[in-house]
Amino acid sequence: MAAVTVLRCSGRFMGRLICAPQYRSCTRGRFIRSDYILNKPSLKIGQQRRFFRNTPVAAGQVLQFKLSDIGEGITEVTVKEWYVKEGDTVSQFDSICEVQSDKASVTITSRYDGVISKLYYNVDDTAIVGKPLVDIETEAVKVGALEEDVLEAPAVSHDEHTHQEIKGQKTMATPAVRRLAMENNIKLSEVVGTGRDGRILKEDILNYLSKQTGAILPLSPTPEIVPPPPQARTTPPQPKDKSLPVTKPAVTKPVFTGKDRTEPLKGFHKAMVKTMSAALKIPHFGYCDEIDLTQLAQLREELKSMAESRGVRLSYMPFFIKAASLGLLHYPILNASLDDSCQNITYKASHNIGLAMDTQQGLIVPNVRNVQMLSIFDIAAELNRLQTLGATGQLGTNELTGGTFTISNIGSIGGTYAKPVILPPEVAIGALGKIQALPRFNAKGEVVKAHIMNVSWSADHRIIDGATMCRFSNLWKSYLENPASMLMDLK
Amino acid sequence: MLIRRAFDICVKKQHVFKSVVSSPHSTLSPLNLEGGGGAILKSLSTNVYENLAVEDWIHDNIDLQGKNILFLWRNSSAVVIGRHQNPWQECNLKLMREHGIQLARRRSGGGTVYHDMGNINMTFFTNKKKYDRMKNLNMITKSLNKLRPQMDVRPTERLDLLLNGHFKVSGTAAKLGRTNAYHHCTLLCNSDRALLSSVLKSPCQGLKSNATPSVPSPVKNLLEEDPTLDCGIIMDSIVTEYTKQYGLDHHIILIEPKDEATLPGISKMTQDLQTWEWVFGKTPKFSVSTSFKLGYKLSSAMVTLNIAVKNGTIDSCNIKLPQHWLPSEMCEHLASHLIGNKFCPSETTRLTSALLRTCPQSEELHHKWNILCENVASVM
Repeated sequence: MAAVTVLRCSGRFMGRLICAPQYRSCTRGRFIRSDYILNKPSLKIGQQRRFFRNTPVAAGQVLQFKLSDIGEGITEVTVKEWYVKEGDTVSQFDSICEVQSDKASVTITSRYDGVISKLYYNVDDTAIVGKPLVDIETEAVKVGALEEDVLEAPAVSHDEHTHQEIKGQKTMATPAVRRLAMENNIKLSEVVGTGRDGRILKEDILNYLSKQTGAILPLSPTPEIVPPPPQARTTPPQPKDKSLPVTKPAVTKPVFTGKDRTEPLKGFHKAMVKTMSAALKIPHFGYCDEIDLTQLAQLREELKSMAESRGVRLSYMPFFIKAASLGLLHYPILNASLDDSCQNITYKASHNIGLAMDTQQGLIVPNVRNVQMLSIFDIAAELNRLQTLGATGQLGTNELTGGTFTISNIGSIGGTYAKPVILPPEVAIGALGKIQALPRFNAKGEVVKAHIMNVSWSADHRIIDGATMCRFSNLWKSYLENPASMLMDLK
Repeated sequence: MLIRRAFDICVKKQHVFKSVVSSPHSTLSPLNLEGGGGAILKSLSTNVYENLAVEDWIHDNIDLQGKNILFLWRNSSAVVIGRHQNPWQECNLKLMREHGIQLARRRSGGGTVYHDMGNINMTFFTNKKKYDRMKNLNMITKSLNKLRPQMDVRPTERLDLLLNGHFKVSGTAAKLGRTNAYHHCTLLCNSDRALLSSVLKSPCQGLKSNATPSVPSPVKNLLEEDPTLDCGIIMDSIVTEYTKQYGLDHHIILIEPKDEATLPGISKMTQDLQTWEWVFGKTPKFSVSTSFKLGYKLSSAMVTLNIAVKNGTIDSCNIKLPQHWLPSEMCEHLASHLIGNKFCPSETTRLTSALLRTCPQSEELHHKWNILCENVASVM
């Protein structure tokens, strides 16, 4: 029965649409109304002809949107989250809020286009079914949408909502879209709908039109997105579009609608600001070199399977870290710390070598403790453990504090030379570039393929001089270029 | 008739299913079925996020007018909290991290559940008008009764299923949208009960929140009642009953949730469900008030901690500690830096370790700071 009512009324509505121009002049004065309450279908139908207009009317209509029936005889729900606030513009079908009742979470969507003028509940309040949930201020012309919604309420089925029966097919479009189509003499059945369930959107009408006339119609700035001054939504300027000359060449400059976004600095980034500002106070000097890892690459290949049989993945890092520790034994000043007043140097006994890691959260620097006591295998196992913890977000203060020297393997992502920044309270840091296969001359003067990696050291020039850094680097380099020499000095 | 034809003509849907009409058992066939209208779907994935995304996809994209869809899925170990719940209140996050158990937040309401491969999930999709949870539960119990007449499984008013009138074997939750609705429930067949109970117990003290609380119940596996059952047998029985009830073919369509061609937009939905902002950030605001004793060498101190959390990030933070133990400037320093940080132990540890670099270099102070920070992080 409700279906029949809908068909009949929409037929009448269609009749009204066709006769529209006659009403424009005469019914303007009688139009202003306020407090439009929804529950009177007959009243709507009888007064349909008043609401069809092309020109916007000054006064917006404030409509109470009541919480509709949720089913299963539920009478009250708890409001859990608002997706809109007072002053926001909403379109039909936009989500307004989330309510919960007895293990069911319900998304309430808007029935109208308009501006939210009042929220009746706060989060965690109990909302009553059938009572107002929000007030939406909508523009007069859009009221046509209301009537069909009211008719919809008894049927409560969206497929009966705003359908146009043409050739036995139902096409779905909002009243605004329908009017646009009608103004441009477009049959909705000929337009391809790209909205949900084949719904015809405003863009579809404009595309259809542009194909027909060859002109690009500028899309009205979508009022749904732009936060409005608290008024009813502006009428889309379709009437004006019609006057565009049809013969203009179809080239429009793309308009960039991106906006800058400012956020306060939070958490870790704030801490980094502090750390890096402190680092800035350290006079850095850089020292770079090139390492030939051909022999190390071969050694690693041989040892890889042995490590895997013990359940540990062996990369190059354990070698780099151990070699650094051996170097620090000869140049302990690189493993030191200068106090804040620059009065005392503390030579740290443990070599806690930090490894800069890139995780999902960003930069994190866990350290391998007491490298001076560990074998290469031990270091590899510890690195595996730190990597697993880092991946699952379980690194603790023990792993993240107490570092004395840092190596950053930025080469694993890319790069050759870098300019690393010392992490206070340390005094030195190294950045390793990627390992590349490059041609080099060997001792016999022949060109051979070599595995080359670049290293970039930075050190605190207040207590470390270039010569010290250079000698340390040379020692480190010699251990790596000739891994057998590491055996001589391994403790 | 007229209504169904209208949806057959939907251009978008035709486009979606164009690439898919190959083997009927491996891909999502067009759902415009002749006679009856409905389908039975089963997921090929055991990833909780992928499966929840399939539910969302069906809810958002399929027109359920005159259709009934049953979706069967199982996940590897995961804890799934309801839409408006608080994970810190509901489960033991530390234990979950250690065991590699994932945490997911679903879009339906209700309480927290533990999923593993011994648990069957069933989702009943209908048009909003046909939403009827008791009908679905009755169908499940009917199928179980036919399978094992002597087993006593019955639905309660709270829409749980109880075994022998006492043990919960199934919990229910639902989601209603503008036109569609779904009701999903679990069914404990052969779950790890020990892990279930330890993981669903939160160690958080002093937590105050308005989030939906879970109602703990004693649980039991159907297999403990009858060891001849298994997940496969139970699923078959439910499918059979469903086909009978809705007059469908006994034909299960297998869904691959990673297939963007069959389910366009699904990868984004899966991603959205995994973001920190969704899983933790959607927690209704809450506060934590607790105190603990810190000890270093021979000295000890009582610390009181008051943290307010909004959208999963720390909104306000107050740390009270005796001045002799740690200078109050350091405490305030920590508290002010925590504001705006995620209420997350790894983020907090990362922050506090970085802050330590610019603190005065005294070994004692460093140790005390670390102890304080560890304890603060352990609350999260």
